Amino acid sequence: MPQYMLLMYGDPAAGPAEGSPEAQAEFGNWMAYSQAMGEAGAMKSGDALQPIATATTVRVRGGERVVSDGPFAETKELLGGYYIIEATDLDAALDWAAKAPHIEHGSVEVRPVITFG
Amino acid sequence: MTREADARDAAGRAVREEGPAVIATLARHVGGDVGLAEDAVQDALVAALQTWPRDGVPRAPGAWITTTARRKAIDRLRRERTLADRTAVLAHLLSLGDDADQDLEAMTDTAMDDRLRLMFTCCHPALGIDARVALTLRMLGGLTTAEIARAFVVPEATMAQRLVRAKRKIAAAHIAYRIPAPHELPDRMTGVLAVVYLVFNEGYAASAGERLGREDLGAEAIRLGRLLVALMPDDAEAIGLLALMLLHDARRAGRVDAAGRYVPLDEQDRALWDRAAIDEGVATLDRALRLRRPGAYQLQAAISALHTQTPTATDTDWPQIAALYGRLARLAPSPVVDVNRAVAVGFADGPAAGLRVLDPLLADGRLDAYQPLHAAHAELLRRAGRVDAARDAFTLAIDLTANAVERIELERRRAALDAVTG
Repeated sequence: MPQYMLLMYGDPAAGPAEGSPEAQAEFGNWMAYSQAMGEAGAMKSGDALQPIATATTVRVRGGERVVSDGPFAETKELLGGYYIIEATDLDAALDWAAKAPHIEHGSVEVRPVITFG
Repeated sequence: MTREADARDAAGRAVREEGPAVIATLARHVGGDVGLAEDAVQDALVAALQTWPRDGVPRAPGAWITTTARRKAIDRLRRERTLADRTAVLAHLLSLGDDADQDLEAMTDTAMDDRLRLMFTCCHPALGIDARVALTLRMLGGLTTAEIARAFVVPEATMAQRLVRAKRKIAAAHIAYRIPAPHELPDRMTGVLAVVYLVFNEGYAASAGERLGREDLGAEAIRLGRLLVALMPDDAEAIGLLALMLLHDARRAGRVDAAGRYVPLDEQDRALWDRAAIDEGVATLDRALRLRRPGAYQLQAAISALHTQTPTATDTDWPQIAALYGRLARLAPSPVVDVNRAVAVGFADGPAAGLRVLDPLLADGRLDAYQPLHAAHAELLRRAGRVDAARDAFTLAIDLTANAVERIELERRRAALDAVTG
């Protein structure tokens, strides 16, 4: 079955404030979301990521390592986590993506995974 | 004609006529990889061009293309695909006897469903709108890449690249080759109709270019519209869209004069309108309305039907047309509809009433570059006797016009304004 990566993007300013009851509710929704995908047999793996302030980007240019603080691209919507799921086709993957708890204030990029058989 | 030219002709015709059906069915057999199906049909065409001049045109050219395309798909799978998930596809294809291909000759239920699957895949919202249009014309319309490139005034290499990217995405992202489930169908059908209407509009009034109409695209859109109605005979909006296109197209001969100049609706010679097409359009609209599921295409077709059934421009039932635009604005709000409504209200209740409809649009900065708004504004100002403001609005509209034929018409109207005052 095809596999897809769901990349969870969100603008921290657009979501519920940290520590607020809304944020707590959304956290519960993420747990339920992961559980639903697990029970449906769709989820292969997935993780939440530490905040963007913890990101470090590394490049090697002309043999020299260049390390910089922050994400590789400055964008308003930041990668906050990912799932690898199995789905029958893109529509089924998009259905899972559309159920993500942050979907009303964030977005999900759906990328097919290359599977070597 | 020489034997070779005959054979070439027959091969081209067979692929043009049978190609979409062959792609549609073959794509189902290869797990929805429409790109592979299309490549196989192209291979079959090449084979026909090689063998038909030598051996003669087969008795059933379409069936020959079908069988050959399936064999070519097998060749391609063997040659190019090493991934495990291709093995099952290959085994399935090999299990199909040549007899299975003969079904395609008739539009059986299975063949109809395949054509629908192809349509929904080509118009999948995960593809960019340009790609949806190009794929639909290529796969369902059977147009060549060169023909599509010409119609959209882009280099052939650009169009080829656009098609290749879209086909790769369909295969890599596993865009399903299926008819959407009932709960998805209304949304997806709206998307398919939008693609067909876009093709039609591109043919009807080229947004950029020296000629106003690109009739081939208009005719192609009507052909796709007929196919959609055949496939979805109970979809009121599909029938409404066909009616709308037929009624618009019926007026084509009146829209441009002998010198290629644009002729506005109220000045068109109505004797040039195609009565047979109008009759078919009106009958088609009646069929849609009997289903009692109103929609935006049916309303637009009703407006067009009112225009086409009025013997002279002065007899136009503007209050009724303004009311229909009002319903349309509530059902499918858009600046295009509002501008048309303002024009209709301007004729029904006078230019001051029309200008009042335009006021909120003019105040909305997002429409500053929307040419039809300024052209309509200029015309209403002229009729209201506000000559200086009309001149400014015409100038603004002219600066925003990419179509040469329309620009000349707007310049003529601006000049007429000065002739009156000067």
